[in-house]
Amino acid sequence: MNILVCVKQVVARDSVLRIDPDGKWILDDGLTFEMNEPDTYALEEALRLKEKHGGEVIAVTAGPERSASTVREALAKGADRGIHIEDERFAEADTFATAQALAAAIEKEPHDLILTGLQSDDSGFGQTGVVLAELLGLPHATIIMEIDASGNQLRCKRELEAGWYQNVTLPKPALLTIQSGINKVRYATLMGIKRARRKPFTRYTPDDLGIAVTARQRLQRLYQPQQTQQTEFLQGTSREISEQLVAKLRFEARVL
Amino acid sequence: MSVLVVTEQQDGHWHRMSLEAIAAGQEAARALECPFLVAVMGSNVSELAAEVAAKRVSEVVLLDDPCLEQYTADGFSQALRQAIDQLQPALVLFPHTYQVRDLAPKLAASLGKPFVSDAIGMRVENKRPVFVRQLFQGKLNGDVTMEDEGPHFASVQSGAYRADAVEDGASTAAIRSLDLSIDAAGIRATPQQPFREAKDAVDLGAAEIIVSVGRGIQDPDNIPQAEALARALGGELAASRPICDNGWLPLDRQIGSSGQTVSPNLYLALGISGAIQHVVGMKGAKTIVAVNKDPGAPIFEIADYGIVADLFEIVPALVEILEARE
Repeated sequence: MNILVCVKQVVARDSVLRIDPDGKWILDDGLTFEMNEPDTYALEEALRLKEKHGGEVIAVTAGPERSASTVREALAKGADRGIHIEDERFAEADTFATAQALAAAIEKEPHDLILTGLQSDDSGFGQTGVVLAELLGLPHATIIMEIDASGNQLRCKRELEAGWYQNVTLPKPALLTIQSGINKVRYATLMGIKRARRKPFTRYTPDDLGIAVTARQRLQRLYQPQQTQQTEFLQGTSREISEQLVAKLRFEARVL
Repeated sequence: MSVLVVTEQQDGHWHRMSLEAIAAGQEAARALECPFLVAVMGSNVSELAAEVAAKRVSEVVLLDDPCLEQYTADGFSQALRQAIDQLQPALVLFPHTYQVRDLAPKLAASLGKPFVSDAIGMRVENKRPVFVRQLFQGKLNGDVTMEDEGPHFASVQSGAYRADAVEDGASTAAIRSLDLSIDAAGIRATPQQPFREAKDAVDLGAAEIIVSVGRGIQDPDNIPQAEALARALGGELAASRPICDNGWLPLDRQIGSSGQTVSPNLYLALGISGAIQHVVGMKGAKTIVAVNKDPGAPIFEIADYGIVADLFEIVPALVEILEARE
């Protein structure tokens, strides 16, 4: 079974973000980047399916130059090949532009299954996988908690809202977006990191793939959200803060 | 030109966010000075269409077909493509539900149009909508516009508009039943009936006090500290999604869009950053206390009392004070 898994490099969690002077995006300098956490679950699921059914796992990203390290990380964890569609504009691209690039690269590869994470921790569109399926003409299912790929068809468990689930059957090839927590992700081993250096790594430019990077939705301005709630910040030593809090919860909020 | 809201229902019952989407649509249609249409989709859902006709809407559009009894991305997007062809709306609004996350990106992409997901607000500038959405896990907001001509697509976040803000109509609106021809062979997915896993052992919805832990708890060995605080407060212990994903607490203690929605008197968030998926499950709490090391954590935007500190210093101090009080 040939599995394509889409990964994105995003700014590390808990980073202190600074908005660039024109207010359009964040300043990159000084930040560290990592694989989008929801994508780590998609990658892990791809590796597990390969271990069970054989075949190949190809990790693909559309991102700026720095994103190559995220593809390498996927190779170190066990992906067989990497594809990087490189262009600085992908750092801020909308879903459609990203999905178009991914689709153009994926069309060149035989594929039975395409996996993506649920959403990205930066732009958080939560739709690149579904748009990609539509552009490739494939059926899709989202927020997947279990995959049974043993038969001719894919049997998947979808998460619905508020504790409900649903089993769905799809013909192959198909695209699935993976819910975080579906598995326990592995770490790269030293041996894996060494091996990754010799694994095939393909680079494309948008021109190579004959695609334009054009946004259909534009971020006009990025800014700090306004406080909707007047938060009272408590200060002092841990003991003083705790005493203040208990007093406020008793006499001000009257919830104790 | 019109604004079209696509509502969601299951077995003849509204999804609770359908009304919120109607409220958003009423506001959008007023700002854009155009007619307001509401679509009701499913099989045998004319009663729901009649309910909507009592609201302030220009027309209710009924998409009623046996192929729409169970949700499928292929069936629903075929039906909506036909509705959009016939109605030519400028803007199509959805509630941001799990079903919409599965459907709307496909529908918009099939028309080569953008879909602004999970918007928390909208305004009109130069007769075009500007949407506000959250980025970087809620740390920053962005104003988003859409290129080209419509139809444009957007979904609104749970709680961004109020269901009780929906205005009734002066008279009953007309219901237009659309002629649909859905190709059942084009529906590639076969869905089964939705089901629940083991019933929720704890009903967090009934708890008056909830102590909830997030990534800041760092290690499963630290959970008992939070547990001790919950006990001292006489409350229940809960968690954000990553904690349950890691198996540190069972899934039935998860608060958020994929877990339980609660509105206790007191919600004490320990080491929870406040990503929207969590916040939608608890922002109805009467009093919110947040303890987090990061002063920029979005949880402080909704907290009544904020403590920027190491939770491992605050929690034991709180337990000591609460236990001494008794």
